[in-house]
Amino acid sequence: MSALLFVAQRVSAALLAAAGAVHLVTILYVARSGLTAGDVLGRTHGNAWLFAFYTLFVIAVAIHAPIGLRTVLREWTPWRGIALDVAMVAFAALLLALGLRAVVAVFVA
Amino acid sequence: MIGAAHKQSGFLAALAHRLSGIALAVFLPIHFIALATALDGADALDRFLIVTADPLVKLSELVIVLALATHMMLGLRVLAIEFLDFRERTLTALSTCIILVLGVGLLFLLNAG
Amino acid sequence: MLLVRIWRGTTSGRFQVFAVPRRENQTVLDVVTQVQREQDATLSYRFACRVGMCGSCAMVVNGRPRWACRTRVSEAARDDRLQLEPLRNFPVVKDLAVEMTEFFDKWRAAKGFFEPGTAPADDFAVVSPGSSERQAADAGIECIGCGICHSACDVVAWDKDYLGPAALNRAWTLVNDVRDQAGEERLAAVSGASGCVACHTHMSCTKLCPQAIAPTYAIAGLKRAIVSRALRGAT
Repeated sequence: MSALLFVAQRVSAALLAAAGAVHLVTILYVARSGLTAGDVLGRTHGNAWLFAFYTLFVIAVAIHAPIGLRTVLREWTPWRGIALDVAMVAFAALLLALGLRAVVAVFVA
Repeated sequence: MIGAAHKQSGFLAALAHRLSGIALAVFLPIHFIALATALDGADALDRFLIVTADPLVKLSELVIVLALATHMMLGLRVLAIEFLDFRERTLTALSTCIILVLGVGLLFLLNAG
Repeated sequence: MLLVRIWRGTTSGRFQVFAVPRRENQTVLDVVTQVQREQDATLSYRFACRVGMCGSCAMVVNGRPRWACRTRVSEAARDDRLQLEPLRNFPVVKDLAVEMTEFFDKWRAAKGFFEPGTAPADDFAVVSPGSSERQAADAGIECIGCGICHSACDVVAWDKDYLGPAALNRAWTLVNDVRDQAGEERLAAVSGASGCVACHTHMSCTKLCPQAIAPTYAIAGLKRAIVSRALRGAT
């Protein structure tokens, strides 16, 4: 992990700490108040702030998770080098694609 | 790998951080796919979520929520040591307590909901 | 009687069991000395000062890396048993003696040495002992290179290129030495993939250092320094 990857990892970590806390509280609220999926979608529909928040969340995750996973795989498995880096970029792309699709889904639903 | 030198807080904190991170990395794509079924309407999401009423799935949900809490708390520990020049000793105990509190709270709340 | 299992051989080998008479105020160094002098002259181990100043006698005692001369049998033995092994993460020369070359090569690779620069200084450097930089340096300069932190570190075991806590701690003391002229090169030396960023704050080094040095915090300092450097480079 180079210095720049390290910076990216730590900055995204700080963002996720804040966003994750907000998300956790939200989930607790939803679970506690027994909202159905329909209710939740009613609140996310057309909500620009939520859209922006979760888009940022997804981008931070797409940066943070692959870098972390890369370190684990390098240290605990024989996998390393360009092949691993390519796989991690692919994982980032997967998270970004699936994540943004989910954000759009709850926005338009 | 697990020797006498490993029964100490820093290593356990790092291990829990790492394992919870792996759990989250595995879970997230599934989570995104589940949410995207809302594209097919609330019915589709509800139908999907009926699947998640299964006790095994409920347990997995709890594990994931705890994984998030754990990973976040222990991540904050790392950030504090690295960037706030925090001298650790008490922080591991502190974050362990917070995880436990969060865990207990979540257990309660998720069961109530 | 103490039952002492001692590693014999190199990386491959076996444990050999010795019965050693228990004495009052006995240290692990006393134990290996007794074995070597009175039972098996082929046992190899290192020591020098025998009073906890040189770090030569570092070995793994019942799973923990420590100095043999400063380890009381009464504190370390479990059920009158001791297991003695060479330091982990070092090639084994023979029995309890390990090869230190790579350890010091990494020290050099981290630029853990003072660089006076090519131009001689005009005058003595004024270094205030209370300054934060000098305090940061002072916190790490008592390292005697015993290798206990290197032995204890999981990342050293998992990543063959990781510079290790001792080398990085030394680099940090020099980053904080206002007289040193190799600041940029040193930060570059520790910013690699197996430099300071590879530390995962397990803190075994800090817990086990007999000199009460905290390499974890030194490495944290290096991480902050290379982040500043990376951001400066990017802008």
